[in-house]
Amino acid sequence: MPRQEALTVRQSQTESKQELYNFKNKRVSVMNKLMPVLLFLCASVSVLTTIGIVITLITETYQFFQKIPIFDFLFGTKWSPLIPPKSFGVLPLLSGTLMITFIACLVAIPIGLASAIYLSEYAPKKVRKVIKPILEVLAGVPTIVYGYFALSLITPLIQKVFDSAGVFNALSAGIVVGIMIIPMVCSLSEDAMSAVPRSLRDGAYALGATRLEVALRIVVPAAFSGIVASAVLAFSRAIGETMIVTVAAGSTPNMTVNPLDSIQTMTAYIVQVSLGDTPHGTVEYGSIFAVGMTLFVITFLLNILAQFIARKFREEY
Amino acid sequence: MNNIFQDANRQQIAGRRRMDWVLHILFVVATSIGVVALCALIIDILVDGLARLQPDLFTNFPSRKADGSGMKSALIGTIYMLLIMAPISFIFGVGAAIYLEEYAKKGRLTRLIQLNISTLAGVPSIVYGILGLALFVRLLALDRSLIAGALTMTLLVLPIIIVAAQEAIRAVPKSRRDASFALGATKWQTVSRSVMPSALPGVLTGVILAMSRAIGETAPLVMIGALTYVAFLPKGITDSFTVIPIQVYNWLSKPQLEFKELAASGIIVLLVLLLLMNFSAILLRNKYQKNI
Amino acid sequence: MEALININKLNLFYGAFHALKDVTLTIPEKAITAFIGPSGCGKSTLLRTLNRMNDMIPGTRIEGGLSIGGTEIYSNEVDVETLRKKVGMVFQQPNPFPKSIYDNIAYGPRLHGITSKKELDEIVETSLKSAVLWDEVKDHLKRSAFGLSGGQQQRLCIARALAVNPNILLMDEATSALDPISTLKIEELVQELKDRYTIVMVTHNMHQAARVSNQTVFFLNGEVIEYSDTEKLFSNPADQRTEDYISGRFG
Repeated sequence: MPRQEALTVRQSQTESKQELYNFKNKRVSVMNKLMPVLLFLCASVSVLTTIGIVITLITETYQFFQKIPIFDFLFGTKWSPLIPPKSFGVLPLLSGTLMITFIACLVAIPIGLASAIYLSEYAPKKVRKVIKPILEVLAGVPTIVYGYFALSLITPLIQKVFDSAGVFNALSAGIVVGIMIIPMVCSLSEDAMSAVPRSLRDGAYALGATRLEVALRIVVPAAFSGIVASAVLAFSRAIGETMIVTVAAGSTPNMTVNPLDSIQTMTAYIVQVSLGDTPHGTVEYGSIFAVGMTLFVITFLLNILAQFIARKFREEY
Repeated sequence: MNNIFQDANRQQIAGRRRMDWVLHILFVVATSIGVVALCALIIDILVDGLARLQPDLFTNFPSRKADGSGMKSALIGTIYMLLIMAPISFIFGVGAAIYLEEYAKKGRLTRLIQLNISTLAGVPSIVYGILGLALFVRLLALDRSLIAGALTMTLLVLPIIIVAAQEAIRAVPKSRRDASFALGATKWQTVSRSVMPSALPGVLTGVILAMSRAIGETAPLVMIGALTYVAFLPKGITDSFTVIPIQVYNWLSKPQLEFKELAASGIIVLLVLLLLMNFSAILLRNKYQKNI
Repeated sequence: MEALININKLNLFYGAFHALKDVTLTIPEKAITAFIGPSGCGKSTLLRTLNRMNDMIPGTRIEGGLSIGGTEIYSNEVDVETLRKKVGMVFQQPNPFPKSIYDNIAYGPRLHGITSKKELDEIVETSLKSAVLWDEVKDHLKRSAFGLSGGQQQRLCIARALAVNPNILLMDEATSALDPISTLKIEELVQELKDRYTIVMVTHNMHQAARVSNQTVFFLNGEVIEYSDTEKLFSNPADQRTEDYISGRFG
């Protein structure tokens, strides 16, 4: 048999048993020693990024607070960094940011959640196959494009309805930020809902529940932590959104509750200052970091909160 | 036979059915809002921008007058930035993912890195701009250069790439690693010859999607001072530059109607570029899905 | 038959779970040894300690002696890669790489530094011949291994294991995912291979153990209850529990 011959050829170099079963010839494998170290360095870039962000913000903010008292910054109600008399009270920027965020969440959370319920509980497979990619596209549209959308379509519509609305207003920017985060709310909530086991739904259907009752009384409560987490993340995304508000909400730091007024958010302020060539070391330059620090702390806490909520209640079923 | 249904309260059931039907309609309407918004956005942009979509747009530099103004420097700037950041972010992102999936011991440090990555993904992009401004522009004195922009964007997309690559690596069945180890492969041999070839399409899909996120980003580049008016092409990585979204923002902030049309046509170019990238990512995913 | 593998009071823990208890066993050279027992009895665990595949499961702890050809394989000086080169393994599910048939076989030799095309060609051919797959695939070696049937894939995996020139071949329920005809083919193949290799197989099929092996080891709850010549174990078991198991009273 040719097979046997071939094998004999290969194993003909007879070694003594001692040699044959000596596994101790440790190969010097450079790659095996080197690669884990190199790969670890790659992974540490992410940690270094966080450290870099924190150090940058803290040092520059600290210098800023040498010139402007922290109390005036946190509780001042007038933000006028460029035009004298200069004043650095962050509350107008914060209120502008919160107004945008509330409008956006008012749009995104109900619509996103309703879409999630539809996709997870009602929609036939075919419909889902069409809608989900569309929502993905919506999520992938650059924010500057949304800014254009706000300015060229939504604002004129608002002006038609409300005569008092200006070219730049919080409502238009807020609605469009909301549209931007619908896909995020929808897909995170839907993930949470589809993780609810089939057996729970079957149990409810077997008792004679309608689809709505299964959705609202079984699925939504079971997926509640995931849904809340998605809402928190939506909130955080809206706070950090920059280009839409820069383009459409204006640049008037304004403590107002009227959504038809022009306002300025924290992010839009940062953009405004960095567009004008502000010299390093001035108070205005420092104010970018103080505002950035405020923004970072808020979004960071919200993200941690979302992760905590999602994890804490995960193993309920 | 019929008796068992008799005590059912038909009216109550009909009411519940109606409620189900009404909310069903409501859910459909809510879902279609997203779809309608997307359509409205696209139509709005096409109507405004198609007229300006002429060869001039690609061959001319921006100018003070809307007529004959183009986005040559922005288009080239976007492409240069992609070419610089793609390899850097690929190496670091995939390296980190391999470390976390294949090498890292399940411990405190690993959990910390993992938590850090997911938190970074939620940091507003403008904060990366602040970091880029302080670190690359000032501290490393790279000034408002192409390389400073590309490095800032690399930090921004790294978490996205790491997460996508981790998923792709995790999708490679354990049996494939076992088979390789059982043949006496070392850890690195198994990772580089057995795991990574299988994970590569998934990894590349993630990288392409991250790149398409990067070329649409405006805020961080405004922060590090990518200039809005650049009437030349960058010759080296330390030259100043501009990119498409910044050019669009520049046009958008001018009051004249002609510039608004230019902005719309710039957006069309940007969206087509994004569409091409997403399409290639989908093709890649579909082509290699069967081999995972 | 000379003993090749000596296992002496081996204990294995997965975290707090005591998976192998005081296992003492010798495995003869150039013969087929079958591990039988109900699922969860530790037979696969022991098999995977023989080429240290258990090392990769976190929380695994091993005590006791396990030597192959006189070398303690759990000593610090042992190089796992060399060990696994000498101790090949075939898994329960056929697990070819998503590469061509040729590249699947050549993967191992390439790992261990063979680059010459001529040498690789030769190894691919001999290995496929040893696994009785050559005639079926010789005309399309460049095709994807996923195109093969389950039985062919498993023989490909055997060929792939043989290609690195091992002395011992471990088979972890290698036929359990296959149809009877493919199973028969692999059993015949194993019979042929035992002249050259020391084969240890885990099987959940007692009849397979009886048909194929020279020595059989019966496991229960992480302990070796009994081991002896296959013929003796099946016809005249020393332990009552062995008899209960082989007569089908449990498991």
